[in-house]
Parts: sequence; structure tokens; C-alpha cells
Amino acid sequence: MISAHLPALQIIVPLISAPLCAILPSGRIAWLFATMVSWLALAMAAMLLIEVTANGPIDYEMGGWAAPWGIALYVDRLGALVLVIVTGIGALVSPAFYHSISRELRPDRQPLFYTAYLLALTGMLGIAITGDAFNLYVFLEIASLASYTLVALGSDRRALTAAFQYLILGTIGATFILIGIGLLYMMTGTLNMADLASRLPALWDSRPVRAAFAFIIVGAGLKFALFPLHWWLPNAYTYAPSVVSAFLAGTATKIGVLILLRFVYGVFGVTFSFAVMPLGEILTVLALITILFGSLAAIFQDDLKRMLAYSSVAQVGYITLGIAIGNLNGLLAGLVHLFNHAAMKGALFLALAAIFYRIGAVDMASIRGLGRRMPYTMAAFVLAGASLVGLPLTVGFISKWYLILAAVETGQWTVVAVVVFSSLLALIYILKVIEAAYFQPSPDGVVERGEAPLTILAPLGLLAFACLYFGIDTGLTVGVAKIAALGLLGGYL
Amino acid sequence: MSPTPLVILAVVTPAVAASLIWVFRDWANTRDAISLTFGVALLSMVLTLYPQVADGLRLSSNFGEMLPGLEIAFVVEPLGMLFALVSSSLWIVTTVYSIGYMRYQKDAHQGRFFMFFALSISAAIGIAFAGNLFTLFIAYEALTLATYPLVAHYGTDAARRGARVYLGLLLSTSIGFLLVAIIATWSLAGTLEFIPGGILAGKVEPWAASLLLVLYVFGIGKAAVMPFHRWLPSAMVAPAPVSALLHAVAVVKAGVFTLLKVMVYVFGIDFLADIGAREWLMYVAGATVLLASLVALREDNLKARLAYSTISQLSYIVLGALLASSLGIIGGTMHIATHAFGKITLFFCAGAIYAASGEIDISRMRGIGRRMPFTMAAFFMASLSIIGLPPFGGLWSKWYLALGTLDTDQYVLLAVLLISTLLNIAYLIPIPLRAFFCPPEDVPEGGMREAPALSVIALSVTALGCFVLFLFPGPLYRLAAMLVAP
Repeated sequence: MISAHLPALQIIVPLISAPLCAILPSGRIAWLFATMVSWLALAMAAMLLIEVTANGPIDYEMGGWAAPWGIALYVDRLGALVLVIVTGIGALVSPAFYHSISRELRPDRQPLFYTAYLLALTGMLGIAITGDAFNLYVFLEIASLASYTLVALGSDRRALTAAFQYLILGTIGATFILIGIGLLYMMTGTLNMADLASRLPALWDSRPVRAAFAFIIVGAGLKFALFPLHWWLPNAYTYAPSVVSAFLAGTATKIGVLILLRFVYGVFGVTFSFAVMPLGEILTVLALITILFGSLAAIFQDDLKRMLAYSSVAQVGYITLGIAIGNLNGLLAGLVHLFNHAAMKGALFLALAAIFYRIGAVDMASIRGLGRRMPYTMAAFVLAGASLVGLPLTVGFISKWYLILAAVETGQWTVVAVVVFSSLLALIYILKVIEAAYFQPSPDGVVERGEAPLTILAPLGLLAFACLYFGIDTGLTVGVAKIAALGLLGGYL
Repeated sequence: MSPTPLVILAVVTPAVAASLIWVFRDWANTRDAISLTFGVALLSMVLTLYPQVADGLRLSSNFGEMLPGLEIAFVVEPLGMLFALVSSSLWIVTTVYSIGYMRYQKDAHQGRFFMFFALSISAAIGIAFAGNLFTLFIAYEALTLATYPLVAHYGTDAARRGARVYLGLLLSTSIGFLLVAIIATWSLAGTLEFIPGGILAGKVEPWAASLLLVLYVFGIGKAAVMPFHRWLPSAMVAPAPVSALLHAVAVVKAGVFTLLKVMVYVFGIDFLADIGAREWLMYVAGATVLLASLVALREDNLKARLAYSTISQLSYIVLGALLASSLGIIGGTMHIATHAFGKITLFFCAGAIYAASGEIDISRMRGIGRRMPFTMAAFFMASLSIIGLPPFGGLWSKWYLALGTLDTDQYVLLAVLLISTLLNIAYLIPIPLRAFFCPPEDVPEGGMREAPALSVIALSVTALGCFVLFLFPGPLYRLAAMLVAP
């Protein structure tokens, strides 16, 4: 039965497609192929999610070799949720690649772009689905190396330095995770996460295990840009091609969060992380600083991509905060925001891609009067921007509701104040864009209407619609997030 | 509770109108006909619902669950009925006024204007009929957002700045305090339903109840209790019809309406009476009444003076709600309607004066009554109603508010009401008096020069409304009384 092998196919299909893309003759064919693969991956992820929500987690043994010796794949609800988010963003953004990339890249390099994209996708999917700590590291490196390439492809020459910065910091992060995994292997003799989880409680007092915990948390923190480890993100998102920013903003940091969740809840366990080690307190403080720093920095940006990049830093701070609060509603807020933030940031960066495609710049001065020139793009931007602020009937409101609820339940009023304050900061930077686009005339008096091609506009519209739809009908998102959260709190496996 | 789709239909009707207006934005006559038709349709729906509500029925429509345990639901109860009646009837009058006003000004963005106007009404009806606090909050925020483009309408620097303050203050209070209060209520009480007698009694510590009350009173920024009142004067950069319907009726009344609703259905009057913070919040409201009146005295810009007068009058209602007595609630509820008719007339007149003569400063309105007799006569009538003199509706609400203060032995607050009445006289009456009895400064051009006919008709109708409310306050009183003695 092919459906029984879905977990393996989920990784193998994009993995094999990646080198195939490299030998395809033209960018256009490679694009069609990559888009098809993305949608196929989404279909598989959706089937896995349905399967997992109905029948519980899936253990898959590669080639029939039983764990802990064989390669184990493990799909739980959290993993399936992240699979859907990553493949969903991939599937929605990949149609937009075509026009954006053919404008920004030399023709002979275009197939390579799609190779890098599919490799990044493979790595991310692998992280979400693996049951083995070392394989997690391997997939992380695949995803990261491919992402560095994607960032370096930006048309601005500063993309190279941004990619280099990303590479250095990303490698440090991955190395930290590897050191942590090495220490765990030294102490327990296993790399299988389920095995690790069962052997670690006896070793809670050992120093190497605690050091491993610290290494892994810091390494993961670097990957999801927790303050003060966020320096790579603004540059990387600013100088990467716009569509790449849309893809990475919705996926890369989410994978970092997933690594954190896997180790904190899966491998080390709630008791060790939150009671033996002071993870809750440390993460709360850092998440609050991240949120404030990101939102404040976003206000002062003139380049819209950089503004959204800083806003991403803040938004991932919300996710971290929910995890740090650690009760059901907090975790639920974090998980639902994984999805919600992917939708809104995907939409916002795609809107920028559309604007960049049309007018070749995305700073405050050049977007003046765009409300009339690109009404659909700007409407989508406003909708997704409203989600960022957390206004009712958008997805952002749902996340914020649960986050504040969790903070109120645990009596952390500082957290409430910071979340609220940061929403207002988001209002400021979104309002700046709205004022410029709708209530100021175009800089050179141009008034003719001109939208981006449908390949960009249609995914943008779908993502913006998702921001609205999942803000009203939350049965699916909150429902899945809730069982995933319950699964995490109930222990691993 | 009896379900009827008519309730949800009433909420959606203006939104449908908004989308049609957008489609026909370039066909002026069709567009304005749509506004009027849907206005009449909305009013007739509300009127159809009225008899059943007056008989004590609770009509409801359910939209579905948005979050587990939290529904988008609509329930019509007496207070909401009253607010919906006021908003929907005045929407028609304002549409008539706006058509005259906006065409006369040859405004370039009339499509956008009427569309967001209709959306605002949809949000206002949503607030009026909201069946729980969750739904109410959503509609409350929708109203803020739908009115933002109206405030920023002219797109000048001043308009953008005013709109920024408007949106900034309303959203920061609502997200910063109100949303937190609602989530805390949900966490403590386990429900956000509106239940007569309240949902919080016996479930919260006294200190937490005090904190919640403070969060609610300041979080409902649309009630403009000082020090969170700056958004209202800032909103005066909007075109006159917006100031009239939204910033004298729909938006500000949505604020005090929400406050009344929270006092009656979330805290419950009996529980409210025992909350420690209530006492000093009443004095904050009392101080707002007096301070805003004093500021109004000093304002020379007519719209700014009216805005501060509104701030002062809103705190009457806040005061009535916080008195935690039946008479206070009745007075506050009736004041929603009586003040609405008075203040909308005054703003209509301010717009008419601006349209006809270009004047915005009171000091330059000497003798203007000779040129604009209808407008200034209406202004005079509405002023008397605001002051609370017979034969105008304002008398009744002030009467019950004063009785409420006596009933609860709040003599200081009674004094506040009386002093405020004197201040009302001082800042309102000189305007029509100078207009009629002082000679104009520059050479009179002779003859009448009124605003566009449609606008004058509209402001005459609302001025007459003030008089009608004096003659027939019965329905108002009955709805208000049902709140406190179901």
C-alpha cells in the first residue's frame, strides 16, 4: 500500500526531485516541476494530518529496520501540523517564483534555484518527521545550506554578505545542536528520540545532560531568531529575493521552534525542562525582549522588507512566549500562531514581491498612492497587516486571545502588558504603510493601474483570504493545535 | 429566547448596502438611492422587531462558534433595541443630509465615503444586537476600523494626524484594557453571555472586581471618559455628516451603550453597588462632565466646542451607569436617545453653517441667523434639549439622572449635574443668541443664504425629533425600565 509509506515519500519525493530540477533545461520547466512537487507534498502532508488526527501518531521504520537501530520516522500531530504549514506555504509560494525569479536571476541559474528550494523543503520536512536526533541534525543542515543559497541569490549585492552572516550564525547554531546531541549520545548510547526520552530521567542530575540541554536550546534559539541571537534574520530576509523571504518567513523560523518543542517536550520532558531547569523563566524573559525589540525596530524601518523582517522577529517571540508560559492555552497559542504567522507573513512578503515586481522598490516613499495603482495587492497587505496587529476576525486575534488568556490564567500581568503594547507597535508600522498607500499621492504622479501577474496575485489572495477565514472559522486550526498541545503535555510518544 | 433570522439580517443589511455602493460608486444617483433604500429597509426591520422586544421577548440569531465556547451570536434586548432604533432612524436622516452636503462640496471620494458609512452602521447594529461580550468586542473594533477612513477622508496632513490619534487611542484602550478585561472575565466567569443580574457575582475577589471595573470603564474608550477622550476632538477633522452621525451618535453611543451593557449584564447592578472602585470612578466621570464643559466654554471652533460638549454629556451616561441604581440606569439609557437627537442636530447645523458660509469659528457667526434662520432655529431648539429644558426630550433623561443621584444620596454628583447644566447654557445659548440678535460684522449681503435644501430638511427633522421625544418619551422609558425590572 502506497499510503502506508507516506511518511517516507514525504521526504523522498522532494529529495529526488531536487537534483532532477538541476538537469532540467529551462527555468520555466523547472518551475512547473517544482510547483507540482510542492503541491504533491502538500497533498501528502494533508493526508498525514488527517490520518494522524484520526488514528494517532505513526511510527515508520525505514526499510523495515526496527528502531533504535534502523532509521525511524515519527509523525505525531505536531509534526503533521508543521508538515502542513511548510508544504502549504511552499505550495502557495511556488507559483509566485516564476515571474519573480525570472526577473531577478540569470536564465542558466534558474533551475538551480528550484533545486535549492526543493532541498530546503526536503530538509524542513525531514526535521518535522524524523524520530532520530542525529537525522534531525542532518536534515537541519540540508535545510540551512539550501536556505543560505536561496538568500544569496538576491539581486542586491548585499545579499551575499547577508547570506554569509546567515551561514556563519546558522552553522554555529547547528553546531551547538550537534554538540548537544553528541553529549546526549555519550550519556545514553542512543540517538532515537523515544529511547532518549525514556533513558534521560535517570540522568537528570548529570552535568553533560544539562550542558546538552543548554547547547540545544541555544542552538534552536539561533535558528528561530530569539533575542539576542536574531542578528542574521533582518539582513537575510531583506536582501533575499522577495519570494524567498515569503517562503522562509513562513517556514524557516517555524522549524527552529519545532526543534525546540521536539527536545523540550519530546526528549527532555516537561518536568526536566520547566521544573529541574529554569527554561520557562529564561524563555519568558527572552521572548518578551524579542517581542519588544522586534516591534520597536520595525517601526523605524524605511524598507518594508526590513520592517517585516523585524516584525517576524517579534512574531516568533509570541510563539516562544506561548511555549514559555507552558500551560495548555499558552502552548495552544504558540502552535496556532505557527500556522497563523506563516499565513500572514507569507501574504505580506508576497505582497512586497508583487510591489517589487511592479515598481522595483519597496520603501515608504515609493509605495505612496499604491492603494489606487495596485488595489488588490494593497487590500491583501491591509488584511494581513490587520492580522499582524491582532484585530478581531483575523488570525492574529485568535493567537493573541489564547496568549493573553494563558498569561491571565498564570497571573503574569507583565506578559499581558507586553503583548498588548507590542500589538500597538504593530499598529504603528502597519498604519504607516496604509497612510502612505491610501492617503498620499503617488510620488511621480503615476495613477495607472497595474497589478502583478496572476502567478503572484493568486497565491497572495489565497493567503490573505486564509488570514481572514481562519480568523472566523477556527475549528480546524485551533482544533489541530489543541490536540497537538494536549499530545505534547501528555508526554512524548 | 426565540430565534429569528431577521436579527442577523438587520446586522448584515448595511454591509450589503456597502458592497453595492462600492459596485455603483461612480453612478452618483444609483449609489445614493442604495444608501436610502437600505436605510429604510434597516429601519423597518428594527421596527418589526420592536413590538416583540417591548413585550419582553428576547430575539436571537446565531452565527456559529468561532472559538470553543465562544459564539458569534446576536440577541435583541431592550437596551440594544433602543440603540438600534436611534442609529437606524438617524442613519436615514444623515444620509439625506450627506447627499446634500457631499454633492454641494463636490467631494471626489463619495463612493468610499458612503461605503464606509454603511459599514459603520453595520458595525453599530452589530454592537446593539451583540448576544455576548465576545461578539460585542468584535463589532466594537469593526466600528473603529470602519470609521477610520471616514476620519482620514480629506487626506490632508491634519486629517491624517487626527485619524492617527483617533485610531491609536481607540485601539490602544480597547486592546490594552477592554480585551484584557474580557479575557479575564472569560477566565474567571467561564462565560461571556449577557445575563440579567450579571455573570461575575460570587466568582471574583473584591480587588479583582475593582480592577475589572477600572479596565472596563477606561477600556471602553468610545465612552470618552477623561483622560482617554482626546480621540473625539481629533475626529472632528472628518466631514460634517461623519461628526454628526458617528461622533455624536453611533460611535460615542456605542461606547456608553457597551458600558451600560457591561454594568447591567456582566457585573449586575447589585454586585456593581458593592465594588470599591465604583465610588471614585463616579467622581472621575463627574470630573469629566465638568472639565469637558469648561474646555467647551473656551473653544472658539464650533465643532471642537460641540465635541467637548459630547464628552461631557457622555459622562452623564457613564455616571448613570455607575450609580448602580435603577433610576440612574433609566436616566443613562434615555440619555442615549435624547442626547443623540440634540447633538446630531447641532453637528448638522455646524456643517450647514460651514457649507453655506465657510465659517467654523463661533466668534465669526454673529448675525448669521438672519441669513440662516432655519438652521439657527434648529440649533436653538437642540441647545435647549441638550441643556435639559422643556419642551424638549433632554429634560426627561436629565430628570431621571438627577433622581438617581438623589436616590443614592450622591449630593456631590447632583451638584455636578446642576453646575454642568449652567455650563451648558453658558457655552451653547450665546451661539444662537448672537446669531439672531447681534448685527453681522461685515456688510450683510441681504436675503437668505441657507445650506443645501436636503441638509436643512434633515436638521429640521432631527430638531423636531427633540420636541417629539418630549411629548412621547413613553417607549423610551419602557425600554429603559425593562432593563432594571425585567
